[in-house]
Amino acid sequence: MRRLFVYLLVLMPSLAMAAEPRVDARNFPGPAWSPYLVGAGIGVLSWMTFYFADKAIGASSFYATVAGALGRLFARRHTDSLDYYKENPPKLGWETVLVLATIAGAFIAAATGGEFTGRWLPPFWVARFGPDSLVLHGVVGFLGGILMAFGARFAGGCTSGHGISGALQLNLGSWISVVCFFIGGIAVAIPLYLL
Amino acid sequence: MIDPGSAVKKGSAKPEAAVAPPAKIFFALVAGLIFGFLLQKGGAAKFNILIGQLLLQDWTVAKIMLSAIIVGMLGIYPLHRAAKVNLHLKPTRPFANIVGGLVFGAGFALIGYCPGTAAAALGQGNWDALFGMTGLVVGSYFYAEMSGWLKGGAQKWGDLGKITLPDAIKVPRLPFAIGFALFLAVCLFALEKFTVR
Repeated sequence: MRRLFVYLLVLMPSLAMAAEPRVDARNFPGPAWSPYLVGAGIGVLSWMTFYFADKAIGASSFYATVAGALGRLFARRHTDSLDYYKENPPKLGWETVLVLATIAGAFIAAATGGEFTGRWLPPFWVARFGPDSLVLHGVVGFLGGILMAFGARFAGGCTSGHGISGALQLNLGSWISVVCFFIGGIAVAIPLYLL
Repeated sequence: MIDPGSAVKKGSAKPEAAVAPPAKIFFALVAGLIFGFLLQKGGAAKFNILIGQLLLQDWTVAKIMLSAIIVGMLGIYPLHRAAKVNLHLKPTRPFANIVGGLVFGAGFALIGYCPGTAAAALGQGNWDALFGMTGLVVGSYFYAEMSGWLKGGAQKWGDLGKITLPDAIKVPRLPFAIGFALFLAVCLFALEKFTVR
């Protein structure tokens, strides 16, 4: 954990040096459909998953399952000895299939709407950090992923599991978590993109 | 309090099986396809929309989430009351929810995608989601390494168990859900009125 913070300390000045002046997200493509329609659709989808599958929508444990499956490939005994995997053995279950199908569903939506991109750098990132910042983007994204996974597992869910499924069940911990997701996100995003 | 949902028959869960029952896999497949399709159509697979939300410039994500919560709540609570669905509550642990939430948020700002929307972004051809997804896998294993230590300690600090907002203030669940949905709808109207996007 301490090593992570040291990396971040080195990273921040290099980010600041690479940065262009402040950017506005509204100058970039918006949603294809009304967000209200899409949100209502996800709400109805959650009725379906509760009723037909007796499950809630969630995404973050997919990554833990992949990590566990890879871990078992290289260090089977050690992986099986970890508390998390004793309670949540990595298997091809609800959330794994759901997230894999999410990739396919988004592909269908993008392909039918003419929005498939096929690129490594988002234009919004380029507007801030320039076109030659692929390595920086990769390193920042990778470190962000580590932090995010750790936070999701510690808090017990992500923007799907807590932010949508937990919040719509009025789960107290989910509301605390989702407010903190956005506080943490805003606190890091604003210096990164606007200062 | 009697929990009406407990009357619902539990799915044929066999925790030891390496693969879930085919029916459940099929539902997961259909639900995932719809979820990914909707996320992409809502713009939640786009880097600028997700980061734009964290910069308070683009409110698309909040609008999607609030709409989903309102509609979801107004279906799940009556269904639960009628003993048609189980609730899937997660334990409320204020320390873990707050610290984990803030760390998650910091990671969200760095990646630009969250675990579900990264999958949708990949489907849309935003290959850079793979950086974050790789980090998510590594971070998950990192957490699992520490899980024995965390589980017995910090994660349980202030554990309140599986409780909901109405339980916490001791009011009945269904009326609270209806009132809260109305309140969130007012928030949504305000967002629509005062935000550009």
